[in-house]
Amino acid sequence: MNTSLSTSLPAVAASPHAQAQGSIGSVMAKVMLALAPATVCGLWFFGWPAFSLWLITILAAVLGEALCLRLMGKPVQATLLDGSAVLTGWLLALSLPPWAPWWIGVVGGLFATIIGKQVFGGVGQNLFNPAMIGRVALLVSFPVQMTAWVAPAMGVHAPGLAESLQITFGGAGIPDAMTSASLLGQAKTELSRGVDLLHTFANGLPTSFSGVRPGSLGETAVVLIAAGGVAMLFMGIISWHIPVSMLAAIAIPALIAHGINPARYLDAGAHVLSGGAMLGAFFIATDYVSSPSSRAGQLVFGAGCGFLTWVIRTYGGYPEGVAFAVLLMNALTPAIDRLVKPRVYGRDYKGQPIVLDKKEK
Amino acid sequence: MGILDIFNGKGWGVHPHDDHKRPAADVPLRVMPLPKRLCVPLLQHVGAPATPLVAVGDRVLRGQLIAGPGGRLSAPVHAPSSGVVTAIGEVTAPHPSGLPFAAITITLDGLDEGIDFPAVPDPFTLAPAEVAQKIADAGIVGLGGATFPSAPKAELGRKLAVQTLIINGGECEPYLSSDDSVMRERAADVIDGVRILMHTTGAQNALVGIEDNKPEAIAAMRLAVEAFPAISIRPVPARYPMGSDRQLVQVLTGKEVPSGARTASIGVLVNNVSTCAAIHRAVRLGEPLYRRIVTVNGGAVAEPGNVLAPIGVLVEDLLAFAGLKETPARLVMGGPMMGVALPHAQVPTVKGCGGILALTAAEITVEEPSPCIRCGSCVNACPMGLMPLEMAARIKVGDYDGADKLALDDCLACGCCAYVCPSHIPLVQSFFHAKGEIWKRAQQKKRNEFTKELAQARKDRLEREARERAEAAAKRKAARAAQQASGTPEV
Repeated sequence: MNTSLSTSLPAVAASPHAQAQGSIGSVMAKVMLALAPATVCGLWFFGWPAFSLWLITILAAVLGEALCLRLMGKPVQATLLDGSAVLTGWLLALSLPPWAPWWIGVVGGLFATIIGKQVFGGVGQNLFNPAMIGRVALLVSFPVQMTAWVAPAMGVHAPGLAESLQITFGGAGIPDAMTSASLLGQAKTELSRGVDLLHTFANGLPTSFSGVRPGSLGETAVVLIAAGGVAMLFMGIISWHIPVSMLAAIAIPALIAHGINPARYLDAGAHVLSGGAMLGAFFIATDYVSSPSSRAGQLVFGAGCGFLTWVIRTYGGYPEGVAFAVLLMNALTPAIDRLVKPRVYGRDYKGQPIVLDKKEK
Repeated sequence: MGILDIFNGKGWGVHPHDDHKRPAADVPLRVMPLPKRLCVPLLQHVGAPATPLVAVGDRVLRGQLIAGPGGRLSAPVHAPSSGVVTAIGEVTAPHPSGLPFAAITITLDGLDEGIDFPAVPDPFTLAPAEVAQKIADAGIVGLGGATFPSAPKAELGRKLAVQTLIINGGECEPYLSSDDSVMRERAADVIDGVRILMHTTGAQNALVGIEDNKPEAIAAMRLAVEAFPAISIRPVPARYPMGSDRQLVQVLTGKEVPSGARTASIGVLVNNVSTCAAIHRAVRLGEPLYRRIVTVNGGAVAEPGNVLAPIGVLVEDLLAFAGLKETPARLVMGGPMMGVALPHAQVPTVKGCGGILALTAAEITVEEPSPCIRCGSCVNACPMGLMPLEMAARIKVGDYDGADKLALDDCLACGCCAYVCPSHIPLVQSFFHAKGEIWKRAQQKKRNEFTKELAQARKDRLEREARERAEAAAKRKAARAAQQASGTPEV
């Protein structure tokens, strides 16, 4: 038996000599799995143009990543296979108007991975959420295309394949009859014209759990987005801290303000169920790289994202504020990580060894 | 420590999906036949190495004292069987470096002749100090792996008037089941050892923490403890590193040990179950510590299980006894989380060795590290509440002070961070490195200060001498001037 024991073992390494299963790729795959139901639903709502845009955006994001990796002489294939560029493109696509022209997807996708991620040094190094960098760049540069919403066609009234290609690639734009305003957009526009919310939404708010209303791919199917988020909670990919604090920080000010002046302020339901609130809370703000790594820090971060979203929506120039709020809080992440740390065992929150209670002793 | 703790969560540690403890833990204890030789190391404990009391050529008997304590914090070493001392010199230490350390090599004669153990009076009629002396004489050290000599520890407990003994039956390391085996097969011995320790330290009660993945041990211990209400068996969740003293103390008492302090400072003393069983044998039977239960486990082992083996047996002999199915890719002394990789199999076991693992290549697959995605898994896994990713980021750029400020010093080296990391970053490994660097720099600083002191002393001395010379010269000059002034020419 001893013969099989080599006199000297090849690899001597430091402990631990065991490793849990898992990789960046498997984390990204699980996130995509959680996103899939909402995406499929959104694609059914908005038809082929949405599908083309979704695909183009992902391809552009991957292309941007590949290009940078190639230029920097880093391994291209291995890095692309971790799925992070695909996910960036996917999330960006979900935040775009579904019938936007093809070049919106291309510019956004390239911007997201090149400027939002690779310029900082690639995966794990970016300060800001790349998908939101892409979205905000598009919103600021092409406000018309980025706010052209359509009502869900639900498969029935959906344009055919040829017509769809015309919408995405032909530059024909969206037929006027199909354009529609999102809830947040409508509220903002009417308020700025001096029409209060009670008159604008005299027939009730167009919020619904089914998600059948104008908006981006990722904001209409709120229930499925939330379900995907809950699935990620159960898979242990994310913790409850960011989603709960973010949604609460949107809902609580909305609740208070609406209670005081319903003519001026939208209610909490409208805030939580519309726009990118749900997608942002579960999929965008929870981005590992650009959010704090301690639980307490995540609560602060989530609350900041939520509150800023409400402030921007309510008082800002843009009807929607999730992307801006997340980017602003991303900038604060290093500060939060510095200031809000977990308490070290046997030390107080200031980092001093705990002082024993005389009674205890 | 306040409301923030609730939000931060207390979900520390890791739950390896398969703890690999069974089937080895369920195999009845086997007694290893005597090997041809034993290499009994002189340093098997925290403190000074033992001093040999035998010479090459001496015949020694089982249980005979062969090396006495080498200082105030030390432990004696006893011969595990009868034979002739054939060498007192260096053998390979159980450390990845493969560096040598001193050991007494005994070529066994196979007769296993023992000394007569002295008759022992009831320990409860003895003064605590006398019992402690017996524990010291038997060479008992912490068998959980820390190997702190048990007698000085008990004395410290008595001095600080500890109220509660925490008996560590956690055995949270995957693969290992030697403590489990002791509790299953020798529960009464363990409990008697606990009672002796309570007498020695003056503790009023004892809490035995056992991970709930060892139901057989819990049942056996509950049965053994029935007559002793001061001792209670406390199942704890199976979660690595539950067997770390700080974590076990917190789970069982709700108290935290202040950073940099010993558990005794909060009125508790932690001892391992195997140590308690050894104390029972030492005090009741007069038997010194010369053998222990070692788990032989791992994918490459043909018949994994627990083996009662003499201390100082070579790992190759132990593995030959258990048999190997295939060539192991790595040999580990201890568990997979904190154990040390062995450079080869000609390494002796020591008192603190609870397990020898022969792991296959599949069991130690190490993925290539990829970039940190800041997922925070390591932060949540850290039982000490540290931020491993932040410390590693600083260490990577050589900012050891930055890592130190993040309480690197509080790191237990439990390895949870490196275990859970989805990017397979060698986190705890980088902390070993950084601790070494910080230690090295502290040494360098000390040396520099000493050099500076010497240089200053030399400068002072030279200045003083120059001053004295100048003063002497001035005096002479003044004397001459005085002579000249008085007009008396010198003769």
